Order: sequence, then structure tokens, then C-alpha cells
Amino acid sequence: MTVAIAIEGVRRSFGEGDMRVEVLRGISTEIELGKLTYLVGESGSGKTTLISIIAGILFPDAGTVNLFGTDIYTLPGNDLVRFRLANIGFVFQQYNLLPTLTAAENAAVPLIAAGVKRREAVERGATVLERLGLGMMSHRLPRQLSGGQQQRVAIARALVHAPRLVVCDEPTAALDAASGMRVMELLRDVALSPERAVLIVTHDNRIFSLADRIIGIEDGRITHDGAHAPEHQREGGAHAPEQC
Amino acid sequence: MPWIALRMLTGDRVKYFGLIFGIAFSTLLIGQQATLFTNLMLRAAAGVFAVSEADIWVMDPKAQGTDATLALPSTALDRVRGVPGVLWAVPHLREAGSVRTPEGALERVSVVGVDDATLVGLPPNLVEGDRQDLFRRDAIMVDTVGFRKIFPNSRNGAGRELELNDRRALVVGRVDTNPGFTAGVIFFTRYSSALNFVPGTRNRMTFVLARAADGRDSADVARAIEAQTGFKARTREDFVIDNVRFIATSTGIPFNFGITVVLGIVVGVAIVGLTFTLFIRDNLRQFGALKAIGVTNGGIIAMVLTQSLWIAVVGFGLGAGLTALFIWGTSGADQFKGFFLPAEILIGVAVLVFSMVMLTGLFAVRSVLKLEPADVFR
Repeated sequence: MTVAIAIEGVRRSFGEGDMRVEVLRGISTEIELGKLTYLVGESGSGKTTLISIIAGILFPDAGTVNLFGTDIYTLPGNDLVRFRLANIGFVFQQYNLLPTLTAAENAAVPLIAAGVKRREAVERGATVLERLGLGMMSHRLPRQLSGGQQQRVAIARALVHAPRLVVCDEPTAALDAASGMRVMELLRDVALSPERAVLIVTHDNRIFSLADRIIGIEDGRITHDGAHAPEHQREGGAHAPEQC
Repeated sequence: MPWIALRMLTGDRVKYFGLIFGIAFSTLLIGQQATLFTNLMLRAAAGVFAVSEADIWVMDPKAQGTDATLALPSTALDRVRGVPGVLWAVPHLREAGSVRTPEGALERVSVVGVDDATLVGLPPNLVEGDRQDLFRRDAIMVDTVGFRKIFPNSRNGAGRELELNDRRALVVGRVDTNPGFTAGVIFFTRYSSALNFVPGTRNRMTFVLARAADGRDSADVARAIEAQTGFKARTREDFVIDNVRFIATSTGIPFNFGITVVLGIVVGVAIVGLTFTLFIRDNLRQFGALKAIGVTNGGIIAMVLTQSLWIAVVGFGLGAGLTALFIWGTSGADQFKGFFLPAEILIGVAVLVFSMVMLTGLFAVRSVLKLEPADVFR
């Protein structure tokens, strides 16, 4: 087992004085390469805060976050930003595609940000879209695509620069059941590799069956860690996630 | 990233064209008003520009410009000629008069008396007649703009007679020169004829026009004339400034044009500021996603500055083109005769517009810089 992410004693709170809310209360865990790991929990449990800290976009109040041997929050200035660009791919709940760029151009954004020439970047973006079954759609604008197709473009954007970690925030939340399952199957087939970890925040129990590992969070603490979802989240069968 | 920035900008057609329109309109407003103002001010010195032979103007110490004169004593000419460094000096007269048009109406005119022997003071471009014709009895030449006022339906004026200050005046030709600030009609005649046309006191010579000897600096010679004669002597360039300053300080024109220019800036800042802020706000999630992916704050600022620069270049280009088109389109009209678009104004407006857009862009980008990348997960 190769550890991709090692977090130790991570704490984070928001607000001050009487309004102070401790969202994460000392989280420690390790996440391995080559596995599809889910962070699950109810709204307000702290899973989005945890994934933000793991992804290097939110400083913890205490604790360490080690990604691929780098204690990321000790990196100076823009080095953390560059680390993210080189090592992390993001899939957002609302896709956050640039509405005036085509699918291939959207997929190419991390490469362009990293300084790759535009033509080459767009070609590589189109290649990833091809693998995701959107080869014919690569010249379309986001508004000309369905929700599921847009999320696949977002996945292409997350993978185009071959990051070692892909973080996904509720990737199926805005999709119907069939589209959500298709997106997750694609993510598992295309994104997962022995050199990459995939971390997904979700409370969509329809897709739990695809996970290699499920970490449950409640009230800022890890309350479950196993190959299957916590008992109470499995009950009641599939249910549509809350629309955020 | 500049390419992505421009695609984001130009893809939002409504805001893009709104921004371009705002800058173009602002440029047109500022450029057109500044051009009109400059040309109007330069008209104050039209009489000086028309006399290219003389590089020194000598006048009463209290005189302020070609339209604010006081008479010099008759001895002034010889005293100026006696100053070392003066190559030649000739008398020059500028006075107001009134002429009765063929229709019987009275028109205010400016009578310019040029040197009898050399005709120094007569503009070089004649569109009708010959310089020698001015030696005929009671001969006058009329400027082209004034001619159209007095003879609105006539092609030629030579041989026609007018009543100038109750005296017969014979039109012998037309002179192409820019109108002055005050008078709409200019009559050129010999100095000796002008004395007959313009009634008044014993002393009526308003200027002595002089030229510095070869190798002598005209400013030095002007100072020597002042020191030796007690009159005011100004180089041609300084007298242009004096004329402009006199009109600028004695009228409300700079204030009125200034208000319009400020209005242009306010309109530009308001339209561009509001639209740009809306554009940034509409794309806040996308900018947040870019920050999360790995674009630095410096990169975001560079993107917004690229967008600002593009808007400024296109908007200013359009506005400057429209300003030039306006000046070109109106240059045929008498009231705009001689008007031009100075490069200095274009440069000045460009600096103003580019600063305005860049500052507005930096103001609008603050919300992106404040945005935490983690906000895109919320």
C-alpha cells in the first residue's frame, strides 16, 4: 500500500467568540494510491471542509497535511498554488466550466495555466474528452451540453494534466440517477490508476457500491472507515442527494 | 491565460459591447470636446498665425492680444527700427469696423492694415485676385469665410463695392485664412487705406511687426526692444500663448468645455466600472475555480488587466476614429474651418482612457482576490 495523503490532527473552526463553530475536531487518516475513496456524511458534518484542506485550498487551524511526501501547508507563497496545479485535479459540484470556452478548451485550462502552448493543450483536452466518450462534443460550448456531459468535461479538465490526486465535490449532486452512475463509472474507469488517488465527497448513497473505501464523518470526527458505507446511510435504498 | 481572459470577455457579448461602447463614447466625448476647445483657443491666435514673415510683435505694454489692443504712438515704428538686431519693422493695424452688406444689413468686421510697401501681414494664400490689386484705391481683400457671409450667393467678389465705416471699399480679392476668435469677417487692406477706413484718434497703429536679423535669437531681440523702447515685444510663439491665455482667462469657455470633459470621464468610469464589476461578479465562480485549480492571484490580476487593456484598445480606437470622423466631416463648415485633431489630444485622451480602464479593472478584480478558492466547494 502506498500512502498518497497523510493527515494528522487536523482541526478547523469558523467564526469567532460565541459564533465560533469547530467543524473539524482532530482528524487523522491516510489515503492510499490506486483507490476510490469516499468521504461521506450529512450536511454540516465537515466533509467539504476536510476535502478543501486536503486539496490545499483551505488552511487548517492545526495539524498537518502531507500529500505525496510534501507537507503542503509549509510551502511558501505561490508554491502551494503551483503544487495544486501540478498534482491535483478538481471536479466541482456545479462543474464551474468557463461558459465561453468549448469543451476541449475547458478541458485544457490546467495545461494552459501551466504554460503549455494553447494548441497542444486543446489537443490534449480533446484526447481526454475522447476517452470520456465526448469526442464528438469537443467543439461545443457548455450550454450546448447536458448536465452529465458537462460533468464529464469537468472530469476531463481534472485529468488532463495527469494529477496524482483527483478531488471531487458531490460530482453527482446535480445529475439524475442514471447520469450520476454513468459519470461515476467513467470516473472509476478513467481516473483511477495505481499512481493516482481519487477522493470523492458525496452523500449520494446510490453510488456507494463503486467505492473502494468509505470514510464517514460526523460532527467533525471520523466515525466510520471501511469498504462499505455506514449502516444508517445504507438503509432506505438509493436517494437523490440534496441539491446544493 | 491572456487567451482565456479574452475568450471570457468577448464571449459575453452584451457586456463586451457595453464596455466597448462606454469607452468609445467616453473617448468621443472627451476627444471631441478637447479638440473643439483647443481649436477655438487657437483661433484666438489666428491673426498671429496668419503673419508668417514677422517673428516679433511689438505693442503697447497694456495690450493683451490681437483683439485687445491699444494704439502705439507714431514714433514707435522708428524706435523699433532703431534697435540693434532688428532686420526690418513694419506697421500693422487691427481695428474693428462695420460694413453694410449688399442686402443692407450691418456686419461687424475686423480691419487689418498691412504694410503699404511690402504687404507684410497679408496671408499668403489668395483664392481670388492678385496681391498687386491691393494697391488700387480703397482696395480690400476679404477672407473666404467672411466673403460667404457678406456675399452668400456669389462665386466671385472682385469689383464689388461695399460701405465700410461709411466709406467706399472695393473688393479686389479673397484670402484663404482661418477666422479669428471674435470677428466673423476680416478685411485686409493697406495700412494707409486702413487709416482712412478706421476713424479714431491720432495714433492708430496697433502693432509693429519686426524680424530679427539673421543669426539673432528673436527672444533676445524682443527683450532688447522692450528695454530700449518701453513697449511690449513678444516673439511669435509667445504672442500665440498670450492670445490663447487672454481668451482662456477672460471667458467661461475653458470651464464649460472642462465640465463636458469631466462628464465624459464620469460617464466612462460609470459605464465601464459598473459593467466590468458585473462581468467579474458573473464570473466569480469561474475565477474561483481557476484559483482552486492553480492560477495565482498575480495570474488573475494579469487576466483582468488583459481584459482591461483589450477593452481600452478597441474602445479607444473606435472613439478616436469617430472623433477624427467628426472633425473631418465638419471641417468643410465655416464655423469649423481650419479645425484639426492634434496628436497631443489623442495621446492625452489615450492616457486618460487607459488609466481609467486599468484602474476600473483593478477595482473590479478586488472581489476575485478576496475570494477564497475553497468557496467554490461551498
